[in-house]
Amino acid sequence: MRLSTKYMGFDLQNPLVPSASPLTRDLDTVKRLEDAGAPAIVMYSLFEEEISHDDEELEHYLSHGSYSFAEALSYFPEHQEYIQGPEMYLEQVRVLKEAVDIPVIGSLNGISIGGWIENARLIEEAGADALELNVYYLPTDINQTGTEVKQLFIDILKTVKEKVSIPVAMKIGHYFSALPSFAKRLKNAGADALVMFNRFYQPDINLEELEVEPMLQLSTSDEICLPLRWIAVLRDQLDISLAATSGVHTARDVLKLTMAGADVTMMTSALLKYGPDHLRKLQQDIINWMDEHEYESLNQMRGSMSMQNVPDPGAFMRASYIKILNEFRCE
Amino acid sequence: MSRRMVTIDGNEAAAYIAHKTNEVIAIYPITPSSPMGEQADMWSAMGKTNIWGTVPSVIEMQSEGGAAGAVHGALQTGALTTTFTASQGLLLMIPNMYKIAGELTPTVFHVSARTIASHALSIFGDHSDVMATRSTGFALLASNSVQEVMDFALIAQAATLESRIPFLHFFDGFRTSHEVMKIEQLTDEDVRAMISDELVLAHRERALNPNHPVLRGTAQNPDTFFQSRETVNPFYSATPSIVQNIMDKFADLTGRAYHLFDYVGSPTAERVIILMGSGAEAAHETVEFLNESGENVGILKVRLYRPFSTRDMVNALPKTVKKIAVLDRTKEPGSIGEPLYQDVITALAEEIAEPSFPLDAMPTVIGGRYGLSSKEFTPGMVKGIFDELSKEAPKNHFTIGILDDVTHTSLDYDPGFTVLDKDVFRGMFYGLGADGTVGANKNSIKIIGEETDNYAQGYFVYDSKKSGSITISHLRFGRKLIKSTYLIRRANFLACHNFEFLKTLDLLEHVIPGGTFLLNSPYSTDEVWDRLPRNVQKQILDKKIKFYNINALKVAKETGMGVRINTIMQTCFFAISGILPKDEAIRKIKQAIEKTYGKKGEEIVKKNYNAVDQALANLHEISVSGGLTGVEQTGTVVPDDAPAFVKEVTAVMIAGKGEDLPVSAMPVDGTWPTATTKWEKRNITDEIPVWNENICIQCNKCVLACPHAVIRPKIYDASILDKAPETFKHVKAKGKEWGDNEVYTLQVAAEDCTGCAICVDVCPVKDKSNASLKAINMEPQLPLRKAERENWNFFLEIPEVDRSRINQTTVRGSQLLEPLFEFSGACAGCGETPYVKLASQLFGDRMIVANATGCSSIYGGNLPTTPWAKNAEGRGPSWSNSLFEDNAEFGLGFRLTVDKHREHARELLESLRKEVGDELTDAILTADQSDEPGIYEQRLRLEKLEAILKKLDTPQAKQLLSIADNLVRKSIWIMGGDGWAYDIGFGGLDHVLASGRDVNILVLDTEVYSNTGGQASKATPMGAVAKFASSGKDTNKKDLGLIAMSYGNVYVAKVAMGASDAQTVKAFLEAEAYPGPSMIIAYSHCIAHGINMTRGMQQHKYAVESGYWPLYRYNPQLTEKGKNPLVLDSKAPKIHFSEFAYKENRFKMLTKSMPERAKRLLDEADRKAKEHYDFYQKMAKMEPADTKG
Repeated sequence: MRLSTKYMGFDLQNPLVPSASPLTRDLDTVKRLEDAGAPAIVMYSLFEEEISHDDEELEHYLSHGSYSFAEALSYFPEHQEYIQGPEMYLEQVRVLKEAVDIPVIGSLNGISIGGWIENARLIEEAGADALELNVYYLPTDINQTGTEVKQLFIDILKTVKEKVSIPVAMKIGHYFSALPSFAKRLKNAGADALVMFNRFYQPDINLEELEVEPMLQLSTSDEICLPLRWIAVLRDQLDISLAATSGVHTARDVLKLTMAGADVTMMTSALLKYGPDHLRKLQQDIINWMDEHEYESLNQMRGSMSMQNVPDPGAFMRASYIKILNEFRCE
Repeated sequence: MSRRMVTIDGNEAAAYIAHKTNEVIAIYPITPSSPMGEQADMWSAMGKTNIWGTVPSVIEMQSEGGAAGAVHGALQTGALTTTFTASQGLLLMIPNMYKIAGELTPTVFHVSARTIASHALSIFGDHSDVMATRSTGFALLASNSVQEVMDFALIAQAATLESRIPFLHFFDGFRTSHEVMKIEQLTDEDVRAMISDELVLAHRERALNPNHPVLRGTAQNPDTFFQSRETVNPFYSATPSIVQNIMDKFADLTGRAYHLFDYVGSPTAERVIILMGSGAEAAHETVEFLNESGENVGILKVRLYRPFSTRDMVNALPKTVKKIAVLDRTKEPGSIGEPLYQDVITALAEEIAEPSFPLDAMPTVIGGRYGLSSKEFTPGMVKGIFDELSKEAPKNHFTIGILDDVTHTSLDYDPGFTVLDKDVFRGMFYGLGADGTVGANKNSIKIIGEETDNYAQGYFVYDSKKSGSITISHLRFGRKLIKSTYLIRRANFLACHNFEFLKTLDLLEHVIPGGTFLLNSPYSTDEVWDRLPRNVQKQILDKKIKFYNINALKVAKETGMGVRINTIMQTCFFAISGILPKDEAIRKIKQAIEKTYGKKGEEIVKKNYNAVDQALANLHEISVSGGLTGVEQTGTVVPDDAPAFVKEVTAVMIAGKGEDLPVSAMPVDGTWPTATTKWEKRNITDEIPVWNENICIQCNKCVLACPHAVIRPKIYDASILDKAPETFKHVKAKGKEWGDNEVYTLQVAAEDCTGCAICVDVCPVKDKSNASLKAINMEPQLPLRKAERENWNFFLEIPEVDRSRINQTTVRGSQLLEPLFEFSGACAGCGETPYVKLASQLFGDRMIVANATGCSSIYGGNLPTTPWAKNAEGRGPSWSNSLFEDNAEFGLGFRLTVDKHREHARELLESLRKEVGDELTDAILTADQSDEPGIYEQRLRLEKLEAILKKLDTPQAKQLLSIADNLVRKSIWIMGGDGWAYDIGFGGLDHVLASGRDVNILVLDTEVYSNTGGQASKATPMGAVAKFASSGKDTNKKDLGLIAMSYGNVYVAKVAMGASDAQTVKAFLEAEAYPGPSMIIAYSHCIAHGINMTRGMQQHKYAVESGYWPLYRYNPQLTEKGKNPLVLDSKAPKIHFSEFAYKENRFKMLTKSMPERAKRLLDEADRKAKEHYDFYQKMAKMEPADTKG
């Protein structure tokens, strides 16, 4: 019980929630995660593109060239029963719900108001205990204003909330002006949790091929600074579940984020790197640290270093800008 | 259970009954019967059962011969067994058909009757295949319509079980097999009512079984064979009445009454036509029309052709008949007459001797041929025949439907004669293969056929090219059963889905006065009239045609439909055709959309709904009050400088008027000129590649990869540029072998390009200031067309590069050689043709090609224009296609001739040494022809020899003159796809490999039967979905190369141009130089892989990188040099098989249908690929065997 926490109304035995990743595609891996102590899992994302474009692409290439030449009126067996993108996902929700006892959080990833949002309801019907909505949006249009972008998030969230009665977490990026006010708007629009933050894959240029390639790098502990700051900022201003994600690898990362105010600390990179058993080690390391420092529970420390609770709130603000530049370093 | 009305085609009707009444189905794909096997396979894969509750077992065999063998075996062991085939496939079944019939084994073969190849192959329909089986002992039962196909399939099944005589149930290929028709579907109860379980058990009782062993298939001798053969007579005698009884039972069940011979017409008719097949429906319709107009005629439909009941035939005729015309849809050269004609005469002659002869007198009988290769058979022709019968001495052995100006067999007829029913809606739709017109029309037929009281008929005509092909849909709807088994020529609705068609085709000639014309044009309501060609405007005004316009492409793009205009045009059709009330029609279209896309998500459905709504909003009737403001079309199909034959024959065919060509215009023996695609400027692409000479590195990779030979490089003296058109590009030639004054041009044949953009994909250069651009980029064709036409013509005038100056062993060099294979009608982005073209560049001027039937024989030899070409000296590949199964042997025959003639030429030359002179004789006999200069020198020597021989008026000199050209090394190429090499032709291929003779075999491995629509072959990789492998192939691909290597004296190479073009070029050169058999197995991406064809070459790379397709060359000559003959040209696998596979929808689709199985198969395939590579690696590292003994 020393590690227990509450997230979107769920009582979790610890805050170490595996975040949305391909790990949840495999039932055995999910079982291993549960065995290792995962208190809940966020499933891999069902992408808007997967729902519409993927199926359209399959449809296009399977019918491409048909009815053009008398001898070959088609090139593939017809009337095949295909499991469409959502169906396969929904089936996996059902399978996981059947197989594990921990809460299963579905994940829906898209950037527009459209038919794909209907899948929120289907995910709920399939048995998901909650939904994480990931609006992975990078504005690139110079005519699109920040207000418009934020409104898009709000609209998508509201539409989803209208469809489901399970809790909805909003996963966002950090590229927002006035993030706290935006967070408040999200809460008012119905968000039950904020998941901070998306790791946007950064592009790289291949100098030989002159091609842009995505850089697929696992996170490192250095990255917790960003969620740490904003969780600390929001913790006492907003009554909402807060999930930290990005860079959670070690017990110390978890402890820091918890002190900043995170209800759960989500991770993928560490699990990909060390495997599901890493959860066991983390729990033990946290307990060891707590014993060493005589903490009773994580709840005890949760938010203890939030902006409101630190002796110098300026540490999270501009006041210590110079200091931060010169001195502050994450471990 | 009540019967449903369904709109299906003839193939589906036959397969439906066959699948319900059989336990084993052994098949092999062949047009037009393939869909029967595919549907049966699909139903079994879906778990559909036959009437006994078990799922029929469907197996694809390696050939029709194999299928027949498997059928025979399954029958002998007691399974109810069937097969589907046509044409050459049926011929391959004949040996087994004799056995099956001889053993009195019940079965039904369903045959979509197709032309047998003679002077040419034809995929279309006639009875030449069925007629070739007359002596097998099979009963022959003819269906004339889609409804009859379903009915007779069941009647045949019931009759074969009762009579023990095997049945061949046939219907006309394409006209009936592919005609979509509204019919009443028989129920399982109907089928059960007709099939006697007792007879099924009796069949099983006769099976081979070790529990009560028998021996069947003895060898008999003169003492007993004859008597044994006569034992079957009672069975044949009983069959007609058995069939009639079953037909009567069927009539009681369904109300549809059939007879062995069905007469239609006046009971007092004096003129009667006898025929069978779909033509009988057109004749039926015509006879009713003529009799209503006061004529007194009739037709007799032959149902059961074998066993032929003479008594039933004469009894079915009106007793008043005086003259009979018997029509055969086949030709038997040299016979007294065609088979049905002879049978009718014999029947009458036999029956007239009987006291019961019912006719008033012996009628006059004439015979005629019609409808070969699906040639149209129309009411005008039927009337023409009746008119001929009215003559005192009607012409016998006539033809109808053609103009025979050589032996004058053809009858005159009025092509304008029609039997139009004003209540029948007749719509024609001109579309492009890629725009979905046919699919939308099939959907419309379903809507109208299955959801209204209307009868519906659809027939679809495709052209001879696989890229940029035009489709014409012929749709009829009406309250009465439709019997018009011919194309619509007088439409009350015509839709043109592509504006460009108006410039080349006279579409509106088919529209009746007051009809409706729907046009998809890129123009607005205000603009479209003035954009119409003048002749189109004139016809609209003269015929008072209602004219509607829509910019469907704009609507498609705006509604997110891309370039698919099918739903939009379908909506327009329903909106203005009046076939259904508009609102009801729109509702039904939307229902159909919901049905098709519902499972794919609300988004797609909404998008399609939006397209429907926007189509209605953007469809406008055009006021036709304007004058003749359009541009006059020139009507010239080919340029003036085309050869006479091309202008007089080919051009007519290109213009779609081939029907008008008389017999005299045709070559007598199937020999046609090569190099004709260049006269057919198709302009089928919106975008063409444009060369950026400033950044091009002149690597010529785009030239090599271009499937259509539309990108050509030349290096030439800059002085030639004096006469160059203004926009003609050039740049200084790179490379030290070229002089300072020599320049390089990369020219695109803009009017021949298919727009596949593979050239752009393979270009290795990126613009240093804009990485999205390469040294060749796609740009709109229309603005460039005129200038590029001039540039192309100028480019052709520039001399080809001197072959002796070219380093042919490099990609760059080889691509400076003139391709002698150009502008084929292959699919845009074809993966086969770059290899074929490469061979033509390297060896074309001394090449003879044997081409197995398949894609390569179709794009290589399908008229009107063919791509094999000639160089400036008039030399080029000489090409022929024999069959599918015999290609290796066919090509070996070429070699045998060349070798024999070379040997004899050497003998003759030796004997003429004195006259020819020692120096020239020795030079010729000892010439080194291992490279281009050597061959060039030898050709010069032969010119000298020829000059000498022409002066020698001796028999020996004449003999030598006729075969001396064989003293120049000829290159024999045997080409074909994997269906041929791995399956049907493998036995022959193996024998040819073992022969040791100098032939070059090119296997264009697309890993499926591409030409017939993607059926699995033994080359299909594990995990891939194909027809007959709908749950993903679960066995490994055959290692053909390894089998060939086992002989030790065969050169074998495995290549993939997109992975290593240099290795490909090297392999071609080595294979050809190798003095024994050589085989190149070439990875050929294909539209049947479900890929973006533009990226086709990239797939080669992934295939190689996964280890699945190792590149190697196995050269036995290396052994003689003490080296390992195997050189592995690709590196160890670096990606998982799935990284290659999941970029292709043939693999990916399995993840959507059977995800677990997909993963298992792909992991297994990966393991095999790695093992495969490892095996070759070990082989390549082995110490060479000590050949010195």
